[in-house]
Amino acid sequence: MNDATPVIAAKNVWKLFGPQPEKYLAGMEPGRSFEDIRADGYIAGVKDVSISLTRGEMLVIMGLSGSGKSTLVRCFSRLHDITGGTVEVEGQNIMALTERELIDLRRSKMGMVFQSFGLLPHRTVLENVAFPLEMRGQDRHTRRERALEMIRLVGLDGREEYFPRELSGGQQQRVGIARSLAIEPDIWFLDEPFSALDPLIRREMQDEFLRLQGMLGKSIAFITHDFDEALRLADRIAIMRNGAVEQCDTPDKIVLNPATEYVFKFTEDIDKARVVRARGLMQPLNGASPEGAPVDGMATIQALARDLVNDPREVIPVAGQDGAVAGQMKRQAALDILLGTR
Amino acid sequence: MAVASTDYAVQKTVELSLRNRVLWAMLGTALLLMLCRALGILPEWLIRLPEWAIPPSDIWLDAAFSFVQNDLGLIHVTRFVAEGPLEFLLDATANLLYGKRRWPDLGPIPWTAIAAAAAVIGYYLGGWRMSLLAGGTFVWTALIGQWEIAMQTMSVLTVAAPIAFLTGLGLGILAWKYAWFDKAIKPVLSVLQTLPFFTYLLPAVIFFKVGPTAGAVATIVYAIPPMILMTTLGLKKVSTEVVEAGHMSGCTRWQMLTRVYIPTARTEILVGVNQVIMLCLAMVVLTAFIGMPGLGAKLLAMMGSFKLGRSFEIGVTIVLLAIMLDRLSKAWVVKQPEHFERGTPWWQRHIFLLFTIGAFAVFVALAQVIQVFSEIGRTQHFSRGKEIDGIIKAALDIDMVQATTEWLRWFLNVNVLIPFRNSMLWVPTPAFILLVVAFAYWLGGRRPALYATVFFTIVAFSGWWDRSVITLYTVISAVIMATLIGIPLGIFAARSEKWSRRILLACDTAQTFPSFIYLIPAIMLFGVNDVAVVFSILIFSMVPLTRYTIEGLRTVPPEMTEAADMSGASRRQKLLSVQLPLALPTMAVGFNQAIMFAFFMVIIAAFIGTQDLGQELQRTLAGTELGKNFVLGMNVSLMALTFDLTILSWAEKRKKALGLA
Ligand SMILES: Nc1ncnc2c1ncn2[C@@H]1O[C@H](COP(=O)(O)OP(=O)(O)O)[C@@H](O)[C@H]1O
Ligand SMILES: [Mg+2]
Repeated sequence: MNDATPVIAAKNVWKLFGPQPEKYLAGMEPGRSFEDIRADGYIAGVKDVSISLTRGEMLVIMGLSGSGKSTLVRCFSRLHDITGGTVEVEGQNIMALTERELIDLRRSKMGMVFQSFGLLPHRTVLENVAFPLEMRGQDRHTRRERALEMIRLVGLDGREEYFPRELSGGQQQRVGIARSLAIEPDIWFLDEPFSALDPLIRREMQDEFLRLQGMLGKSIAFITHDFDEALRLADRIAIMRNGAVEQCDTPDKIVLNPATEYVFKFTEDIDKARVVRARGLMQPLNGASPEGAPVDGMATIQALARDLVNDPREVIPVAGQDGAVAGQMKRQAALDILLGTR
Repeated sequence: MAVASTDYAVQKTVELSLRNRVLWAMLGTALLLMLCRALGILPEWLIRLPEWAIPPSDIWLDAAFSFVQNDLGLIHVTRFVAEGPLEFLLDATANLLYGKRRWPDLGPIPWTAIAAAAAVIGYYLGGWRMSLLAGGTFVWTALIGQWEIAMQTMSVLTVAAPIAFLTGLGLGILAWKYAWFDKAIKPVLSVLQTLPFFTYLLPAVIFFKVGPTAGAVATIVYAIPPMILMTTLGLKKVSTEVVEAGHMSGCTRWQMLTRVYIPTARTEILVGVNQVIMLCLAMVVLTAFIGMPGLGAKLLAMMGSFKLGRSFEIGVTIVLLAIMLDRLSKAWVVKQPEHFERGTPWWQRHIFLLFTIGAFAVFVALAQVIQVFSEIGRTQHFSRGKEIDGIIKAALDIDMVQATTEWLRWFLNVNVLIPFRNSMLWVPTPAFILLVVAFAYWLGGRRPALYATVFFTIVAFSGWWDRSVITLYTVISAVIMATLIGIPLGIFAARSEKWSRRILLACDTAQTFPSFIYLIPAIMLFGVNDVAVVFSILIFSMVPLTRYTIEGLRTVPPEMTEAADMSGASRRQKLLSVQLPLALPTMAVGFNQAIMFAFFMVIIAAFIGTQDLGQELQRTLAGTELGKNFVLGMNVSLMALTFDLTILSWAEKRKKALGLA
């Protein structure tokens, strides 16, 4: 296993709900659609999904409710046993693990945050955060220290002794986050962590989350059904529908080159200038050397708007992450994004 | 589509007319049989089953029991369990609570210490009022001179309730974990819940010797079913996210169960605890029938010798104990943990525990010095049994009261009860069964009718037909009268928020009383006779009727009453054409409970002298005719089950039809 091994690699994963899913899947002719499968009395929670999560990446999984997002992520941690395909976590086939090994894996590598928090109502904040450590058998003193540190990290100091019902929704989710981080997981699953919160608090929690991620740099699978949230956070976005992944790509590519009709509809109403970055429009130089100062490849078109409008150049150089010119972009293409085609 | 719907309609009418034809056939045959009887042309064997046709089932059962007991050696196993650990525990609590000479030979604990500790616990759970209730109950018990008998009852309760709790919890966990086990015990549980209490006394008497051990066993078994149900309910309700959080935290199966599931299902489990305690209390009092000493036995003795004053005082003690146990355990259910600020010292976190121990210790110490703090002597108590006797008797002797009760008794007996009873006894057996089956078919449909046929045929072949009919007559007349009073009361109360609350509270409280209590006013008013029996059943079964009437009416969706208001319905029209029809399914559940309660009570009331199955049961419970006892018990259960199945099936169908389910 090296650094290039994906943290999670899912290949042709199926998860069917119904009376005898394995048997059904084995005897199923290929190419049956979601509706066909439903007519046979099964629900395809996850339908032939191949996707991977690379180290340090934030993969956002999107889709309407019921599209199979939660189910997919639960297949990654084997909260659901998959019906077909393979899931490998750091090169290990997760379905081949014994119960003991699975428990050890979760105790050492995985953390998860839930939509409605999933806190234990009879435990204080401190005891909730320390819970995974307690399960691991850590001694009382170290787990207390670690839990206090986590509580401080999410900004809940002074509330250690409160019970979940004595906290607001946002505070409860902070507890959920602190708990999921207590064991220092490498892989972090977040299932719509902010959708139960008010918009204002949601925004605040997203910032908080970005701050944490900036510090910790974990490999993350993040579920949301909110496109703005996805755009703010994602390295890559996977769009799901009826259990299948329609497209998995960087936000730019999803917006610029929707792979299917569905993704196109899904992204239609988005302000593309806010999403597309200069590097998304970048073309290879092919020997040309466009004049003038390059623009930052990571800057969104919206951020470049003023310069673009005044820039006399037809072709503008684009800088890569090292600051050197890595390609060029047509000004017209950028203006099309900014103002809409035509 | 149109074709399909007419098809459906046609099918419906066909079904209806078939149903009507079956009904009329049954009723017609029954009437024909009765007519023949009236004309005197019905052969004897159609009026009652001839002696030779009745199998000696009691003798067979006796043989079967003795086979299981002696030849299979089961009795050794049960005796070992009972006389080993169980008896040991019972002896220990008996020593602590009332000083029976057994290990650990420390008791009796001074009454003041128990009362003080109870008061602190009451305060912790529910503030001053609970404190007063808890402490006050024990103080009353001691001062009235009933400490020892109350503690006899409590000593069994303190053993039986925890055992029932743990067993129920364990079985509940199994049922939740293993679907096959759940499927296996579901039907058993639902039958167990319709069984009258003495059915639990029976096996206890069969396998254990009469006395506290048998009583404890019966009590434990009686209290287990609801604990199982509440446990599975609670565990199933734990939200998937909490469960998943547990898995993701790396819980093993055992950690999952003990750290996640059980604590999260706390509320339901504690509701189960409340039910366990209340059922245990109800049963412990009733085990007086199989020779268990305590409040129940004393009450039986006092009522038997018509000492109304003392009966009344014991009744008050029982009621106080019941209310206290109920309220405290319910307060525990709703009690949520409160947080302490960081750095709160240890003693402050456990302040109530320390106070409880402190109060207990102080009074134990005081009791060493001051005699009355330890025990209230025979001559020191404040019982006013004789005086109350006098007052009650004087009150009853007041001409008007006496005239009223006398007249009621006379009127009910001569004009209602006796004619009703005689006419029921007059009906030939096959006609009677047909009528019951027709009723079940009309109300419940095919399945209940089938059960009714089987069940009542068994009763007919059991050899106790007449007594069974008398039992049924008592139940029916009491429930009819309870309906006439209870439902109007419910309707009245449902009209206002305030009265609903009051009456519901009264019903709730009354339901926590052990059934024995209901005999006291009946005997006081009417003496020892049929009317008193009917009267005690009447009050007992009125409680669920009133309760469910209020609940049914109060839960009618407001859109519907508002719609009625907007259509200009008068209050009466609204009640008759909107509220009552919608409330009827719920009320039927109450009616069903009333009938069940009546079947329970009939046995208990038998003690005041009736000629029905109950009395026969009473006689055999004390003795050794177990086979006969079993047959009698079965008869009551079968009749109760028939009504249970029929009415619940109707309520179910009705709810579906109204879209309320
Ligand atoms: N335990 C289950 N049993 C049966 N069907 C399920 C189960 N869990 C999820 N499903 C079904 O799988 C589909 C995907 O659900 P889910 O992954 O929760 O969607 P999302 O998280 O995208 O809203 C839904 O149609 C849902 O009804
Ligand atoms: Mg979801």
